[in-house]
Amino acid sequence: MNDSSTAVPLNFLNHKTGLWSWLSSTDHKRIGLLYLYSITVFFCVAAVLGLLMKIEKFAPGQTIMTAQTYNGMFTIHGIIMIFIVVIPGLAAVFGNILLPIMIGAKDVAFPKLNLFSWYVYITGAFLGLYSQFAHGHVPDTGWTFYVPYSAEATSNVVIALTAAFVLGFASILTGLNFIVTIHRMRAPGMTWFRMPLFPWSLYATAWIQILATPIIGITLLMVIAERTFQIGFFDPKLGGDPVLYQHLFWIYSHPAVYVMILPAMGVVSEIFPTFSQKPIFGYGAIVFSSLAIAFVGYLVWGHHMYTSGMSYQARWAFSLLTFLVAVPSAIKVFNWLSTMYGGSVDLKPPLLYAISFIFLFSIGGFTGLTLGSLATDIQVHNTEFIVAHFHYIIFGGMGFGFFAAIHYWYPKIYGRMYSNRWAYIAWGILFTGFNILYFPMFIMGIQGMPRRYFDYDPKFTLGQEISSIGAFILIIGLIAMISNLVYHRRKGAIAPANPWHGVTLEWQIPSPPPHENFDEVPVITHDPYVFDHPYTK
Amino acid sequence: MDTFLSEGSNLAGAVDRAFIFIFTISFIFTIGITAMMVYILIHFSRKKVKNPRQFTGSVKLEIVWTVVPLIIVLMMFYFGWVGFAPMRKVPANAMPIKVIGRMWTWDFDYGNGKISKELVVPYNRDIKLNLVSLDVNHGLFIPAFRVKEDVIPGYSNYLWFRPIIKDTFDIFCTEYCGLAHSGMVSKVIVIDSLAFEKWLVDLKVTGDVPDHPGLTIIKTNACLTCHSLDGTRIVGPSFKGLYGSKRIVVTDQGEKEVEAFDDYIKRSILDPNAEVVKGFNKGLMQSYKEVLKGEDLDKIVDYFRTSVEKK
Repeated sequence: MNDSSTAVPLNFLNHKTGLWSWLSSTDHKRIGLLYLYSITVFFCVAAVLGLLMKIEKFAPGQTIMTAQTYNGMFTIHGIIMIFIVVIPGLAAVFGNILLPIMIGAKDVAFPKLNLFSWYVYITGAFLGLYSQFAHGHVPDTGWTFYVPYSAEATSNVVIALTAAFVLGFASILTGLNFIVTIHRMRAPGMTWFRMPLFPWSLYATAWIQILATPIIGITLLMVIAERTFQIGFFDPKLGGDPVLYQHLFWIYSHPAVYVMILPAMGVVSEIFPTFSQKPIFGYGAIVFSSLAIAFVGYLVWGHHMYTSGMSYQARWAFSLLTFLVAVPSAIKVFNWLSTMYGGSVDLKPPLLYAISFIFLFSIGGFTGLTLGSLATDIQVHNTEFIVAHFHYIIFGGMGFGFFAAIHYWYPKIYGRMYSNRWAYIAWGILFTGFNILYFPMFIMGIQGMPRRYFDYDPKFTLGQEISSIGAFILIIGLIAMISNLVYHRRKGAIAPANPWHGVTLEWQIPSPPPHENFDEVPVITHDPYVFDHPYTK
Repeated sequence: MDTFLSEGSNLAGAVDRAFIFIFTISFIFTIGITAMMVYILIHFSRKKVKNPRQFTGSVKLEIVWTVVPLIIVLMMFYFGWVGFAPMRKVPANAMPIKVIGRMWTWDFDYGNGKISKELVVPYNRDIKLNLVSLDVNHGLFIPAFRVKEDVIPGYSNYLWFRPIIKDTFDIFCTEYCGLAHSGMVSKVIVIDSLAFEKWLVDLKVTGDVPDHPGLTIIKTNACLTCHSLDGTRIVGPSFKGLYGSKRIVVTDQGEKEVEAFDDYIKRSILDPNAEVVKGFNKGLMQSYKEVLKGEDLDKIVDYFRTSVEKK
């Protein structure tokens, strides 16, 4: 290799070229980028569906589409966003790219399995889309596939559950890979408590992926057994129990929410120290709160079902556990604030997104308390309140966490800088649009506007109009943000190895990283966030 | 209609108290956290601070912000439970009304064959609603009363309330149930006890004259969601005066005129998109080949014929 003589040194992006070199690569960084590009495409499709729904809701009655089309759109929007974009999301993209580097390894423990996971993921993604159009059937079950509605007339629910299972399998394999990588491949001297917090969050996430995902597989087998052998599990016509399906669905899908949000918490736990040039406050508390969320998160699925006719005792027990899981999230927020307190705070785009994450996630979390409380949940359950809450948590939390991550690690991954100016402008549009879109839905939900309603009472018109306008602003913000990142991928200024003066291992190697990350295996001698020579001095 | 929600039932007050408690604390914390962030951004900006302090934590603070939120959320749990517990304790003398949910309509059964499309209830009297579904999951939601329970096939779920305001309030379906989910709405009307007794006596008994078997098939297959009986234009053409009428239909070969007798009606059910009545959209109706048997079709046609002959 004659890397010293060429203008551009060899790195993981250019050491081999051609489409096949990407599709057959076992390099964790390239696999991460494969996930990034596929997820971005699916995200854009689902976001456009979201915009179309909001245009439909600009006025009561039919505006641009029929009820059947609307019902299909919220179904596909949900399936793509939840199963194809958000659940793999941060772990598959930034976990893959950064986990090995941040713990000082050359790759994940099982690189070929890692590539296989991506193919499994793509298979599951297309199966998920196919399930919605198979047998000439228009999709309209909602992303929750509740029986008996989802079981009537078509067998698509089997394909849809298979898709969720295949996607889940990709998730299990990635989780397994990460757990083994973290256990076996940390650099010499990197003890558990010298490991940075993003890898810690991935570790907690990976255990949820491995332990919760098989439930969706069991559910699938039960649905197939019911339809093939007429064993009544869920269908009341066969003596089955539709609520049992809801239990099994949420036993997987509620922990899946923590699969979505925990890595985002890990991302901002990296960003706050770097942009404050100050160690993370309460490292141990953040680690243990992640593990606590992962553990208690298993036991709260029933809060999706307070009105399902579940027993009185089950309802209050689930409510109590739900409130307990709120505490670790609160601990994290206070620790992040204290990390910045007393630091030298530089409001670069990644920090701006991380701070927005705290703001939006707090609103999402506090409204979640309204949903966890029995009396108030009875009022707002299955209304637009819950749609707003969920988007504040997942889009405002996981989404803004993802945007923070891409703005933080972009110079590392591509060796180029985006325009800060455009990043600020895009953030402004995005943040404004986000709140105008989702906040009115809280108010309408309290007033009784149900979710998944194609048509609505004219008294909700003003709120729906404001919300629809917010959707347009949000989409403009997304376009501005993505354009900035895409354009500067090749046109941006050359980024230095460590543009933010970070102290974790990924900042100690060139940007973009070389094919095998480290020329020499690093030896770790201290805690992860030690700012010995703050460049601010 | 109320724009801001009134507390229409005895249960609403405790729900709203729990809501106000949670909202107040959440609001204070959100403002506090945001103000803190703004303060930090200004006070500890890189321009001002060149030498960041390097402390790494404080056990005391960690304990404070673990214990204080824990106490607060336990209080929130308590208020939520206090507001909720009475909802599951139905007074023994509550008046039972059976609520039947099906795609996409509500029926309120007062017993003895008296069924109403609107929930009329006497003022200040305990009412128990027994929730029954004939097909898929539904949810009965009366926002002004702060009550909501799912209506699930095979389950005997219930809810109760005592209306304390004489007015008309919305009823919504809140568990997604297919095409016309958002149209599955009704009203609850609260009136004086005396007026209620009179209303109940005057309520027509619907069970006395059984429907024509063809009409029963039409109703159970939810045909009426898209085709009205009274001439109203919905998604598809109305059934009123259908039998023997002349109509222009659009086929792949162009427009033609047909007379709506047995063959045409059966064709329209089995292959609905081959001949679409002019002015209506193609592709909205799917074939009922797998759903309806030959004798069902005969009954439906017979219903259409007899309903025209009666006039």
